[in-house]
Amino acid sequence: MVEAAGVKPAVENRSQITNPIIQVLDLSVYYGVTRALRSINLEIPEKKVTALIGPSGCGKTTLLRSLNRMNDLIQNVRTMGSIKLDGKDIYAPSTDVINLRRRVGMIFQKWNPFPKSIYENVVYGLRIVGINNRSQLDETVEKNLKRAALWDEVKDNLHKSASDLSGGQQQRLCIARALAVEPEVLLMDEPCSALDPISTAKIEELIHELKESFTIVIVTHNMQQAARVSDYTAFFYLGELVEFGETSKIFTAPDKQQTEDYITGRFG
Amino acid sequence: MEDIEIRVARRKRMDGIFAILGLVSTFVGMLTLAALIVDLAIAGSERLTQTFFTSFPSRFPDQAGILSAWVGTTLVMLVTAASAVPLGVAAGVYLEEYAPGNWLTALIEINIANLAGVPSIVYGLMALGLFVYQFRLGQSILSAGLTLALLILPIVIVATRESVRAVPGSMREAAYALGATKWQTVRDHVLPYSTGGILTGVIIALSRAIGETAPLITIGALTFIAFLPGPPLGAEFPFVSFEWLMSPFTVMPIQMFNWTSRPQHAFHLNAAAAGLVLMVMTLIMNGIAIYLRYRFRKRIRW
Repeated sequence: MVEAAGVKPAVENRSQITNPIIQVLDLSVYYGVTRALRSINLEIPEKKVTALIGPSGCGKTTLLRSLNRMNDLIQNVRTMGSIKLDGKDIYAPSTDVINLRRRVGMIFQKWNPFPKSIYENVVYGLRIVGINNRSQLDETVEKNLKRAALWDEVKDNLHKSASDLSGGQQQRLCIARALAVEPEVLLMDEPCSALDPISTAKIEELIHELKESFTIVIVTHNMQQAARVSDYTAFFYLGELVEFGETSKIFTAPDKQQTEDYITGRFG
Repeated sequence: MEDIEIRVARRKRMDGIFAILGLVSTFVGMLTLAALIVDLAIAGSERLTQTFFTSFPSRFPDQAGILSAWVGTTLVMLVTAASAVPLGVAAGVYLEEYAPGNWLTALIEINIANLAGVPSIVYGLMALGLFVYQFRLGQSILSAGLTLALLILPIVIVATRESVRAVPGSMREAAYALGATKWQTVRDHVLPYSTGGILTGVIIALSRAIGETAPLITIGALTFIAFLPGPPLGAEFPFVSFEWLMSPFTVMPIQMFNWTSRPQHAFHLNAAAAGLVLMVMTLIMNGIAIYLRYRFRKRIRW
């Protein structure tokens, strides 16, 4: 990735991205009559971490949930424009939403393991496609708990209830569960906002390792976290994409006054 | 100053008076029930022998028993549970998880709430026309079970919906985000996590059905039955028999009603004893409901 001179306007930053896995094209999302997102254009690079930042209600979570069509579960949501994953419109009528969600996994703000064993949590994504082969499941559990940096802590208690784990462990279990279906993209909706600093550090470290194999889109309210973990940052305000670019640039020399005001804590 | 102290004292007195009134109101209900149970126990206890449970009704009060009544009640409850539970749970899950939020769904919801308030005798009249005459099921255990199933269906649906609604949305999101279909989400998560609540609702509904008399009299339950329905298992092929479904029947409350309407005092003692048995049956069912709720709540923590 070539570092751009700090004078280019935000829209042109898109052209720097040579390998977008996701292209958001003129996306608008309405909740009833309220417009939560206004004509968003954004390209998300493959195997990088892209942070979505902005004050509450700016539409960053709405955008995140549009990327795997979780918004479909909410009534009265209307989506206009398109989102392309590997060049294919995920809002096209022919899209198989089930398949899409297997390609675009999601981690939620509040960890949500199933009230089942650690083992059953990790393999759920395999069970629902009919994989019940014991050795394959065992392998998946070990591989993904290791990927989520949880293996050493739970390897002797795989059949214990997931709800016995600490909050940070539960969130890493959710990451392992999402990784077990081998998605291409991982969406994270404020994954650390309810965690203590040590657990947060662990998850941030994990994000660094995971971007080797996955594309990560993370929503965060924590400026430092965005600066630490992401390669690219998109700043949203009142449903509009104000600025998008490399994180180093957004945090040091943003083009827009609004971005600078938000990042330096003058509002939001 | 003194004026304020008097006012404070008066307000405190009001507080005390209400506490006493509340306590008395609570005890009115409790004491009535307790008195009823004690009265039944005193009157009926001497009739509660083993032969009481193993004897058919008789015109001699000391030889009369509740065999056909408790067997009838058990079989009718079986039919009721077997038909009301699948229908009610399926309807409840559909309304919560699948139904679109439109006016038709709203209309169905209002109607279910209304059905729960329809007097049971009306269900009896409907069942007489539909099951007994239209479907030609006769005055049978099957007709009775289906009638009571219709009666408790709204209760089961409402209980299912409430339990299903209590499952956190984050569980559904977790499943959908892994690529689960709606049915997989319901089967693997929504239903298992709401089983405790659903079972509780089902048992409470059944304990309402067990005491119903009016609709069963309407469809023609007999009050004097001196034989048992055919056995469900046989020695010859096909080994299982459903003949019992078409058998005439009586149930506990009808047997009681029959005995209380006789002039001889000794029959009234039989009625008291049968009432005690019925009450114990209901209390056991409620006990099971409480136990199940406890068990399932303990197993599932979010």
